[in-house]
Amino acid sequence: MTTPDSRGGSYNFAYLDEQSKRMIRRAILKAVALPGYQVPFGGREMPMPHGWGTGGIQVTASIIGRDDVLKVIDQGADDTTNAVSIRNFFLRTTGVATTERTADASIIQTRHRMPERKLQEGQIMVFQVPIPEPLRWLEPRESETRTMHALAEYGIMHVRLYEDIARLGRIATAYDYPVQVNGRYLMRPSPIPKFDNPKLDRNPALLLFGAGREKRIYAVPPYTDVKSLDFEDHPFEVQSWDHTCALCGADDSFLDEIVTDDKGGRMFVCSDTDYCAERRTADGANAEAAE
Amino acid sequence: MSADLPLLRVSQVSHFYGDRAGCRDVSFDLWPGEIIGIVGESGSGKTTLLNCLSARLQPSHGRVIYRDRSEVMRDIYALGEAERRFLTRTDWGFVHQNPRDGLRLGVTAGANIGERLMAVGTRHYGNIRDTARDWLGRVEIDAARIDDLPPAFSGGMQQRLQIARNLVTAPRLVFMDEPTGGLDVSVQARLLDLLRDLVTRLKLSVVLVTHDLAVVRLLAHRLMVMQRGRVVEEGLTDQVLDDPHHPYTQLLVSSVLQA
Amino acid sequence: MYVAVKGGEKAIAGAHRLLAEERRGDPAVPEISLDQIEQQLSFAVDRVMSEGSLYDPELAALAIKQARGDLVEAVFLLRAYRTTLPRFADSLPIDTADMAVRRRVSAIFKDLPGGQMLGPTFDYTLRLLDFSLMAEGKPADIEVPMSASDPMPADAPAQMPRVTDLLVADGILAAETDDGERPADITRIPLSFPADRATRLQALARGDEGFLLGLGYSTQRGYGRSHPFAGEIRMGDVAVELQPEELPFPIEIGDIELTECQMVNQYKGDAENPPQFTRGYGLAFGQGERKAMAMALVDRALRAEELGEVATSPAQDAEFVLSHCDNLEASGFVQHLKLPHYVDFQAELSTLRALRAAHAKRAEAAE
Repeated sequence: MTTPDSRGGSYNFAYLDEQSKRMIRRAILKAVALPGYQVPFGGREMPMPHGWGTGGIQVTASIIGRDDVLKVIDQGADDTTNAVSIRNFFLRTTGVATTERTADASIIQTRHRMPERKLQEGQIMVFQVPIPEPLRWLEPRESETRTMHALAEYGIMHVRLYEDIARLGRIATAYDYPVQVNGRYLMRPSPIPKFDNPKLDRNPALLLFGAGREKRIYAVPPYTDVKSLDFEDHPFEVQSWDHTCALCGADDSFLDEIVTDDKGGRMFVCSDTDYCAERRTADGANAEAAE
Repeated sequence: MSADLPLLRVSQVSHFYGDRAGCRDVSFDLWPGEIIGIVGESGSGKTTLLNCLSARLQPSHGRVIYRDRSEVMRDIYALGEAERRFLTRTDWGFVHQNPRDGLRLGVTAGANIGERLMAVGTRHYGNIRDTARDWLGRVEIDAARIDDLPPAFSGGMQQRLQIARNLVTAPRLVFMDEPTGGLDVSVQARLLDLLRDLVTRLKLSVVLVTHDLAVVRLLAHRLMVMQRGRVVEEGLTDQVLDDPHHPYTQLLVSSVLQA
Repeated sequence: MYVAVKGGEKAIAGAHRLLAEERRGDPAVPEISLDQIEQQLSFAVDRVMSEGSLYDPELAALAIKQARGDLVEAVFLLRAYRTTLPRFADSLPIDTADMAVRRRVSAIFKDLPGGQMLGPTFDYTLRLLDFSLMAEGKPADIEVPMSASDPMPADAPAQMPRVTDLLVADGILAAETDDGERPADITRIPLSFPADRATRLQALARGDEGFLLGLGYSTQRGYGRSHPFAGEIRMGDVAVELQPEELPFPIEIGDIELTECQMVNQYKGDAENPPQFTRGYGLAFGQGERKAMAMALVDRALRAEELGEVATSPAQDAEFVLSHCDNLEASGFVQHLKLPHYVDFQAELSTLRALRAAHAKRAEAAE
């Protein structure tokens, strides 16, 4: 199964050789069996730099088949440079169908967001993970963090949250907000805003996380409990805005701030471009129907 | 029945660094509420022994048996790592000579005290704060400083904070390595008073390592004198200090008296 | 009779001859020209200029040619030359707000005045060897560059406000102000500690890219974390101006190409200061984006003390970082181990033998 390269050479379907894909799929299976546990895997060099999504790309490359429909987003949008670049990579190496519609995708690779639309059973979401280790900021040594995971020694994570409240009156972590999966492993959900954290809990889709540089894969299987850490008297809460989307009027989506001039002008729009476009199309249709 | 058993039973503990003995053939029992002092010059092996007793350094020979809360005598080096770590952060305390080794310098005083509580599952911020404030008071630190970082504290305050951080989970056994070392004399006196008060009130058992005979005189019930890795004399503190038998102890006591 | 080896002079002359031969390589292959290096190995030229602290693409190309592509050696050559140059005047501080921008990206706002401009970047290229480049003379197909927003608009604004200026205007980023003090020149006055920020930045600007990259990376992995965002990276030409004493206005003496990176970092505030963002700053000659970004991370890490953070990691230790970031010093001292140490070693040798003899005697006695 090869795809001719533009220079007459040939790359395997989805770039990786089948051996590597099988190795990665074994890691994925283990990750699914141990929700939230970071499975080390023999990460490969990919033709894009580490930190740009090589983990997610390797996961996607290992699971993608000819019948899949792929959606790639970065910051929630299909048209950001990195998303375009990754989508083109898979177009070129697999030829599979791509889409911008969340509902139509069988695999969604993402960086930093989850779509606003609810995912369905059978869909797979692949997250690009820069730093997989939730304890990293408290303990830089891998040998120590692995022991802490093994012993479920997670109290120090609450020390960090305690410090936020003591100094700022609230938990200040706004993205990559730590969660506990299935009552066991502490996990970083990748740098999604904490706004998206509730979507992780009991999600019908399979959520896969790939960290290429750090060579770790982890997973949240469908319908798994995912709890954002908090205190009883300072419960977890998500961001909210005083604005609605300037384009579609949504009041329930994550909004990007856009600087419109150098005199303090700002505009807020949905970060999820598909969601925004769908709402605008529906509005247009409604308006037409009303006429 | 439990009163018949010691809290800690140390039998024939030796530790070698290559062919040099750090400590050799040390045995003793420590009873609930008892404070045992280990004195000697630097290099006498007292810190090696302390590390062997506190599960920080596996001895080359011998056993260290601890009576846990369910009254079972456990060899601490036969425990699984999970059990051992749980023990060391709940049932035990360790006070370092340099408070910087025992504190998290990057988090506030309140978090330093609260860490052990959170480690054992306390998840109510307000309760953690209240406990931390209470403990600051007990170690004579103004509760208003709960949100200050340890580096903003004086040496004496840092040491008291370290003590509070250790005692917050009501441990039964505390190891102390030169707890008053590096402090001014006046600060030392205050800390000693506080320590004596706390260990009495909390009925703590303590293994106290120091080179300072004044410290053991004030705190320890019993005393072991170490020289070149061996215990050369032991007994009730007053007895040993007032009527030393071993020439080395005599030398230690006289040098203090002269000083 | 054995005569100990002498004749160092002859050996050195021989080595120089061999080096010259190696540099030229196969005489059947045309010699590389400085123009070719300057035009086609421009990243190498830029790096040598930055770490050599001398903006002169031609001389940097010469250094690279002479050093056979060993960039640290080329930096050495350029620095050794630089130190011989007389100084006529100091230029005025450059203003990167006036940069003729060819690349400008912000990772913190999707869109902003002036837009995002990808420019000539390796980003978003697939790292696949382009075998068409193996064929000489035939230029590879130039792919149409992808861009987040429109390609560079024809009516690009003369001034592109710096993202950091916008954030400062909003009061959420700490302003950086000129205290009017003349920065010390580390090429004239040796480093001493504590070093102020201007001094640190100078040292970092000359510092080895690889070393700073590793240090910057370490802050991202938990050794001195500072929550960085790439507030803005801009690359382009900036005018250099002189203010002659006899003239009432400054005169422009030329343009230099620069890459500037301003990292925006979290800061929790303290009793006096409300929480706000702070920044790390990086600047490199030419297209030195990796260097500028690493420098900005390390600059911010080195501000730990000033911002009341507990410094526990290598990247936060100014003395450690600044004392070891210069590749001339590092390369020289590491490689000095090749120099003869016959005498010292001989001394060690006799001590060791004595110790071993004593050890053997003790072991015997014990048995």
